[in-house]
Amino acid sequence: MAQITLKNLAHSYDPTPRSEADYALKEMDHIWEDGGAYALLGASGCGKSTLLNIISGLLRPSHGRVLFGETDVTDAPTAARNIAQVFQFPVVYDTMTVRENLAFPLRNRKMDPGYIKARVDQIAAMIGLEAELSRKARGLTADAKQKISLGRGMVREDVNAILFDEPLTVIDPHMKFELRTQLKSLHREFGHTMIYVTHDQTEALTFADKVVVMHDGRVVQMGTPEELFERPAHSFVGYFIGSPGMNFFEAEIAGAHAIVNGVEVPLGATHGPVPGRTRIGIRPEFCVLDRAGGLPFQIRRIEDVGRHRIIRGEVMGTEVNITVPEGTEIAADATRILFAPEKINVYADDWRVAPLGEEM
Amino acid sequence: MDKTLNNKAWFLVAPVLVLVAFSAVVPLMTVVNYSVQDTFGNNQFFWAGLDWFDQMLHSERMWAALGRQAIFSAIILAIEVPLGIFVALNMPKKGFWASVCLVLMALPLLIPFNVVGTIWQIFGRVDIGLLGYALAKLGIGYNYTANAFDAWVTVVVMDVWHWTSLVALLAYAGLQSIPEAYYQAAKIDQASRWSVFRYIELPKMQGVLLIAVLLRFMDSFMIYTEPFVLTGGGPGNSTTFLSIDLVKMAIGQFDLGPAAAFSLMYFLVILAISWVFYTVMVNLDKAEGK
Amino acid sequence: MTLELKGVSRSVGGRMHIHPTTLTLQKGTMNVLLGPTLAGKTSLMRLMAGLDEPTAGRICWEGADVTGLRVQDRRVAMVYQQFINYPAMSVYDNIASPLKLMGLARPEIDRRVRETAEMMQLSPMLGRKPLELSGGQQQRCALARALVKRAGLVLLDEPLANLDYKLREELRVEIPKIFEASGAIFVYATTEPEEALLLGGNTATLWEGRVTQFGPTAQVYRKPADIVTARVFSDPPMNFIKVEKRGRRLSFGQGANLPADGALADLSDGRYLAGFRPNHIALAGHHNGTAVEFDCELSGMEITGSETFLHLQHAGQKWVGLVHGVHRLAHGSRQTVAVDPSFIYLFTEAGQLAAPASYAFAA
Repeated sequence: MAQITLKNLAHSYDPTPRSEADYALKEMDHIWEDGGAYALLGASGCGKSTLLNIISGLLRPSHGRVLFGETDVTDAPTAARNIAQVFQFPVVYDTMTVRENLAFPLRNRKMDPGYIKARVDQIAAMIGLEAELSRKARGLTADAKQKISLGRGMVREDVNAILFDEPLTVIDPHMKFELRTQLKSLHREFGHTMIYVTHDQTEALTFADKVVVMHDGRVVQMGTPEELFERPAHSFVGYFIGSPGMNFFEAEIAGAHAIVNGVEVPLGATHGPVPGRTRIGIRPEFCVLDRAGGLPFQIRRIEDVGRHRIIRGEVMGTEVNITVPEGTEIAADATRILFAPEKINVYADDWRVAPLGEEM
Repeated sequence: MDKTLNNKAWFLVAPVLVLVAFSAVVPLMTVVNYSVQDTFGNNQFFWAGLDWFDQMLHSERMWAALGRQAIFSAIILAIEVPLGIFVALNMPKKGFWASVCLVLMALPLLIPFNVVGTIWQIFGRVDIGLLGYALAKLGIGYNYTANAFDAWVTVVVMDVWHWTSLVALLAYAGLQSIPEAYYQAAKIDQASRWSVFRYIELPKMQGVLLIAVLLRFMDSFMIYTEPFVLTGGGPGNSTTFLSIDLVKMAIGQFDLGPAAAFSLMYFLVILAISWVFYTVMVNLDKAEGK
Repeated sequence: MTLELKGVSRSVGGRMHIHPTTLTLQKGTMNVLLGPTLAGKTSLMRLMAGLDEPTAGRICWEGADVTGLRVQDRRVAMVYQQFINYPAMSVYDNIASPLKLMGLARPEIDRRVRETAEMMQLSPMLGRKPLELSGGQQQRCALARALVKRAGLVLLDEPLANLDYKLREELRVEIPKIFEASGAIFVYATTEPEEALLLGGNTATLWEGRVTQFGPTAQVYRKPADIVTARVFSDPPMNFIKVEKRGRRLSFGQGANLPADGALADLSDGRYLAGFRPNHIALAGHHNGTAVEFDCELSGMEITGSETFLHLQHAGQKWVGLVHGVHRLAHGSRQTVAVDPSFIYLFTEAGQLAAPASYAFAA
């Protein structure tokens, strides 16, 4: 087990990159602490898989170093890095039984057979495959096969990190929930460093202690789910996290107020002068409909999504969403929208501007 | 998958049915006709019942040919399948050289059978052939027209040269369909090269390999042109395989009845073995799809 | 324009794939087929499309019997989970292909292709090849091809499953809008309850080849006819507890009980199964007085930033709670959770709904 450090890391698939746009991964410094549960969240093509493959050693970065603890492993092959990885689609050895599959990484490392048996039994119990241990992997369902892949990732106790590359893609929603919970408890039990790559915010937020959001080859924010929700560091985080994402308005900032289309909107804190293109962002959860005050709001449609409702509408030409709890009455004459002042974030050229006096 | 009912389809299939009837069913029935009758020419036929079948089952000559045939098929399968897999494993996976390899591998398959025979017939000649002459110069007594062992070696080497690429190409196609994640997972599991072959590549190639074995078996079991051109079945009867013997009997000796009876038995043997292969493959597919 | 399935069933090799199903789908509606993998969603769609023939029952289109009619002779379009486009043709030609097959005049084709492309926001990409597009755009192209035919019946088989979460969210909002405008019958298969809710319209829940309930989506969600429907239409899964009704009391064991009044008063005494959704669990102190309280062990916790998932154990049952806000509670600690009686469904031991949660009447 070790801390993983990325130093000045960058990667381009083009052997002679000319501009920054040629880089799939822009230069970054990053530390993955030992024993942390991380999620790497981003849209397809944001560079998250590239980053994962660099950590696992399947890809050599074009710039920078990768350190495991104090050791430089940039040029070390995958097998020497002592990591485990679970892929998007189940990778099982068809002709082996479930037991042989789970034992495979241990057998290759010449572990003691008694230990292997005990460890495999323990893992099988965790992933709920005890009854299938002597079956051939070939005939199993996709769910079960992916469980085997997860189990094979978990079976070694001494790994530096376990990497998950969208491991629940092929799993049904009900099963997803169960497997996610299992992963979480496995992390609690064994304390491995886990890095979980996904495009699904629910998976990322519920799995990780710290979520790393990537956008366009860059880490735009690392933080707890709460921080990402309350104080998105970049407008992309605001948009990408939360369903629906954050509402943004072009605004001018004047101290403790924002001016949106000539209407004064109170902010929760005072801001100094803000340069560049300024916008305010507010999550749909923190907007309320009102009869007077606030900004004018036009309801377009109301969607009932079970545990809450989404009111979709417009504020002076800008699309805005509001979410309200299940069973909330929506007054027909509600034509204004109010924001919770302390939940408003200010953005300058897409990056969040901290108000005066906020601890960084 | 279930079929959609469409009666027009029958109309479209009709030409094929007619073609198959003329190319397969009618000739086969002719053979059946010959196999139960005797003739002395002049289009006069006499009912012979199952006599020819009985005679053929007790014919030492036929059993000997069948034996040679079986040994030949076994040898070439034992060489071509592992060799083909080995070649496929060592071919580049992508890029310019992959294309070059594919073209080179496909070349022997494009040469007509009788040309293959002729090439090797000349190649092996002690007086003018590159191979025969070189061996003779090296002091190795090699003469495929006189020595039965030499003749066998030449026939086997010729077949290996001609057909290994088919096995290699099929195995290569099987290998190409293995997702990269499997190799990555194996690296992470610290699997040895042998384990990768044994647990990933071989299982994933299983289907195509069965097809390769089936094709090579059927082809080699019915081999005619190449050895006929190369050795003419000699020296003596040493490379007289089933089909060569059959032709000798039918055309050379004009023993139509026994030859027809034997053809049918020959046909049934191949049918039976192909059926076994088919059943095995279908069962494997079922196990896969479960 | 209606599509009627009258007692349609299908069995293959003696195994029932679709149990006898009777459904009527109306013109201009969105109909969601919700169920886990292998519940029979695709099989049912294939029957509707005419790709398979039913073993029994009739299928009627606008009142006329079309059972056994070839799929080519029906006005059907289908979109699959994989993005199926012709890779060698431009987006324009892809969208135009069904119209060319219909033998329409060139100006008419051009008009309809451009109109549909505009609707699907593909206008700037008409000249590109499908493989040069992002996944979301490729699927839009496939959707456009289905729409341009103006088929009476459009079948969508998990069309968004292969897309990124956020893209899926955006298309989910767009799809109902587009479909309202087109006036066809839409059938949309999904495994995700949330997707069904977002799409609205009607929902048929499927389980092991059986349609367990069909009706307006919100109604199926709030008044599931049986325990299977409730399970299928709940993510995270619904929580259950065995209860006993005796006289005017509903006993939850361990001393927890509620007065059995209102709709419950008329139920006969006996054992029932109570069910409630994860989002209706509240942490003690976050609810008003009438709630029934349960003592649970907290076996796990997940924080999404605005909400907290609680994994609870109560009397050997695994429960999931989804509560508002961020709560950091000690793992393995005892927690008292509360459920308002108006959120509790009662099912008979055979699994039929005995009494719906009273909040469902208000909603």
